[in-house]
Amino acid sequence: MKQLIELDINNRVYEVAVDARDLLLDVIRKKVGLTGTKKGCGEGDCGACTVLIDGKPELACIKLAIACQGKKITTIEGLIQEGGALHPIQQAFVDYGAVQCGFCTPGMILSAKGLLDRNPHPTEYDIKHELSGNICRCTGYKKIIEAVEAAAQVWSKEGVK
Amino acid sequence: MDKKASKSKWNLTPEGWNLEGVPAYQDEKRYTQVGRSVPRVDGPIKVKGEAIYTGDMTLPGMVYGKIKRSTYAHAIIKKIDYSKALELPGVLTVITGEEAPNKWGIVPQAANETALAVGKVRFYGEGVAAVAALDEETAEAALELIDVEYEPLPVLLDPFESMERAKEVLIHEDSPGNILHEGEQVYGDVDKAFAECEYVLEREFHTNYPQHGFLEPHSALASYDPQNGHLHLWASTQVPHYLHRQMSIVLEIPMNKIRVTLPAIGGGFGGKGEAAASEFVACLLSRKVGRPVKVTYERNEVFFTNKGRHPCHMKVKMGLDKDGYIQAIDFDNTMDKGAYSGWGIVVLFYTASMLHLPYKVPNARFRGRSVYTNKPSTGAMRGLGGVQPRWAMECLLDELAEMMGISPYELKMKNAIESGHTCINNMFVPHTEYKKCLQTAVEKSGYLEKHGKLSFGKGIGMAGGYYITGTAYTLYQNYKPHTSVMIRVDTEAGVTLFCAAADIGQGSNTVMAQMVAEEMGIHFEDVNVQAGDTEIGAFDLGSFASRLTYAAGAAIKMACVEINQKIKETAAGMLGCRADQLIIKNREIYSMYESKKRLPWEKAVEAYTSINGSLVSLGNFSPPRRKGIDLITGNRVQGANIGHSPTFGFSAQVHEVEVDVETGRIYVKKVTEAGDCGTPVNPMSVEGQVEGSIMFNLGACLYEDQKLDAEGKHLNPNFHDYKTPTTMEMPEMDTNIVESYDPTAPFGVKETGEGAVQPTFPAITNAIYDAIGVRFYNLPITPEMVLKALKEKKTTSCDCKCSKEC
Repeated sequence: MKQLIELDINNRVYEVAVDARDLLLDVIRKKVGLTGTKKGCGEGDCGACTVLIDGKPELACIKLAIACQGKKITTIEGLIQEGGALHPIQQAFVDYGAVQCGFCTPGMILSAKGLLDRNPHPTEYDIKHELSGNICRCTGYKKIIEAVEAAAQVWSKEGVK
Repeated sequence: MDKKASKSKWNLTPEGWNLEGVPAYQDEKRYTQVGRSVPRVDGPIKVKGEAIYTGDMTLPGMVYGKIKRSTYAHAIIKKIDYSKALELPGVLTVITGEEAPNKWGIVPQAANETALAVGKVRFYGEGVAAVAALDEETAEAALELIDVEYEPLPVLLDPFESMERAKEVLIHEDSPGNILHEGEQVYGDVDKAFAECEYVLEREFHTNYPQHGFLEPHSALASYDPQNGHLHLWASTQVPHYLHRQMSIVLEIPMNKIRVTLPAIGGGFGGKGEAAASEFVACLLSRKVGRPVKVTYERNEVFFTNKGRHPCHMKVKMGLDKDGYIQAIDFDNTMDKGAYSGWGIVVLFYTASMLHLPYKVPNARFRGRSVYTNKPSTGAMRGLGGVQPRWAMECLLDELAEMMGISPYELKMKNAIESGHTCINNMFVPHTEYKKCLQTAVEKSGYLEKHGKLSFGKGIGMAGGYYITGTAYTLYQNYKPHTSVMIRVDTEAGVTLFCAAADIGQGSNTVMAQMVAEEMGIHFEDVNVQAGDTEIGAFDLGSFASRLTYAAGAAIKMACVEINQKIKETAAGMLGCRADQLIIKNREIYSMYESKKRLPWEKAVEAYTSINGSLVSLGNFSPPRRKGIDLITGNRVQGANIGHSPTFGFSAQVHEVEVDVETGRIYVKKVTEAGDCGTPVNPMSVEGQVEGSIMFNLGACLYEDQKLDAEGKHLNPNFHDYKTPTTMEMPEMDTNIVESYDPTAPFGVKETGEGAVQPTFPAITNAIYDAIGVRFYNLPITPEMVLKALKEKKTTSCDCKCSKEC
């Protein structure tokens, strides 16, 4: 039995028909069509599907879509700045070589954003701890951590939306 | 912070690479585009979430395919009844293995896999039938309605048991003894050499069963056009060519009617280095229903069908003379092949070749066999065939150094090869900075000051490694060039490189753009790369064996000769000088003798194009072959063809560990690495490859292992129970690129993505020994093993007088 719900994704309200058991990840990817949110495991282990729900990193693959009504969901597509500019975290990931295959990247960036929103001056340990739920098999994480450190500095200097 | 600040200034201004005062033509190493840490060309779309992977694609009318998987590891398929599945609304068709019985395999001499099981299943989770339905949920529901009747057979999970019980049960009817292949390679007089050795040590080593864990599961989208018989396949693969070829065999469609395209690829590490059942099933279903069909694996399907690293059971004996020079190696290897052949023979003989470097080995004997078991097939995994023997050899050398009473560093330096080394198996190393790697890693880590001197529970260990670059042979009998590139230059598209090479995340598209720009005297941003498509791109074998940068670099250099000549001839006419006096650098063409005679590069292109139209040139690369008849002596050159390579990359690592003696847990605290990758085309990418390599084998050394129950059922087919390193497990990493230039290689390049995984196992194992005085010969080294060993040590040697407090 499908029901019509409203989901606020990246400041736009989408009306979608969902089953009670439909997962947020599938709704975002297949019904809304935002494929930047990745499915790496479907079991809440790898973090590739991380989105922000009311600013907090959550795993879309183990979250029911109907439970997200009335909440603000941010996916990787929602980070883009005015005029198409990259968010400082995105820019830092590019500049510091923190991207290889790119499949973990959207989730990794959103976890980092969740951290920096809450704690603009994280220590290296804070960053490692926060990103420990996001698996990357390419980079060895070093450049990812460097990128988040660099983004935190830019962010605290220049500010960002 | 300074390092970081300068790093972010990647966008160098022309002043940053001003060549004033140094004539560029006198120094071929003086690169402007190669050797720069430019960010990846695909970086921005990946951070924006706009990169399209196969699983993100949708085509008009597309439907979904799902695979029914075996619940037995070894059984005869008596009957498959899918009539109920066909009745389910939304189901379009069901196929079984009988519909596509042609065998495929990346090594054609041993091809024995089918798209779906035919007649019998050989591992738990093997595909037995597949469904196409309007949506994934219906396809999944239909799988439940397929009844498969099995007659179970004995399950063989251990290669020794498999050989022993072969008379009773065969996994493949045409493989007696359950052996895929057995081989021997003997060089020199090993027994005589051992008899004369002062120090001889023999040990057994057993490696584990890790898999790649690439984050993007296999995905394939096939679109068959019934009107013209063309098949277009988008797939997450490392080997578009081999996939293309095998698809042609299985579907019985000529290759020129099949096109393979690679969208963004979410990692491979060897695991996408063969065709996958998902790809065959998508194509078969699409041809049957006449609509596009997408098959994307769930994570557990990736585990069920993974082609992870071969568990190896190795007996290794090594002998040194009184001065510590290696005299002989005797190596016996039993490899666990899993259910199907795949890369099997290749990996077997790689392990044989890997004995001969990076040390001088005058006598060597290899005996090995690759044995079928009822497990998911093993295959190519980062550092294929090298990781296991490297672990054994580097640990043995550590032990031998202790026997001799010298530092492992001294022993390894003593035996390390130098440039121009020819191995006894005829492998030739034109250039190496291996000693510099060892020296750098040891000096930067303070190894000599720490080794043997740290408090109990803390240890330091070192090891070296190397890997092939560029490879020497195709996997099927053919002498065609391994890589071809086509470069088009005109006023419309600028410069475009066409090559079917696969960027699987390692960054080859960026590196190829840098190499084209270097050779043509323009900027890397000026180069468009059309890669990963068998119809648009010129031929390439694929991304494996660390071959791509070398092979594409050579082909690019060749293609650019004609282009540069024509552009120079055109410019020469415009400038009034000779073409052979012109230099192209920094988007300008100028006379090397009269620097006032210069014009913008694109003006010459414009002039050329308006007279002749587009300028197009081809280049290709064929590696040298070092086996066959020696033309001078007329002798047949014996030699392992596998492992031969135009050049080799090297790496050395020092790992510092802490062992928690209460919990047995091992913490790698710091890694100091030094690598010889020739010219680093993109140093930032090189660092990324090396850091990723360390993480990759740190995980496989300490945590990663696939477990099967007695019936062959996979027990940890998910990232929850199969543990990979997270940020929290990662040590501090100090990676160093040693100054190196291979004059025989295009741009002086060598590999970096696989050599750097080699030293990790032994460096950690040696460090654990330094920490707690226990040597481990099994992987992964778990806390349980550590605790058990410490307990045994206490009861057996509590009164020892060793430097460590026991």
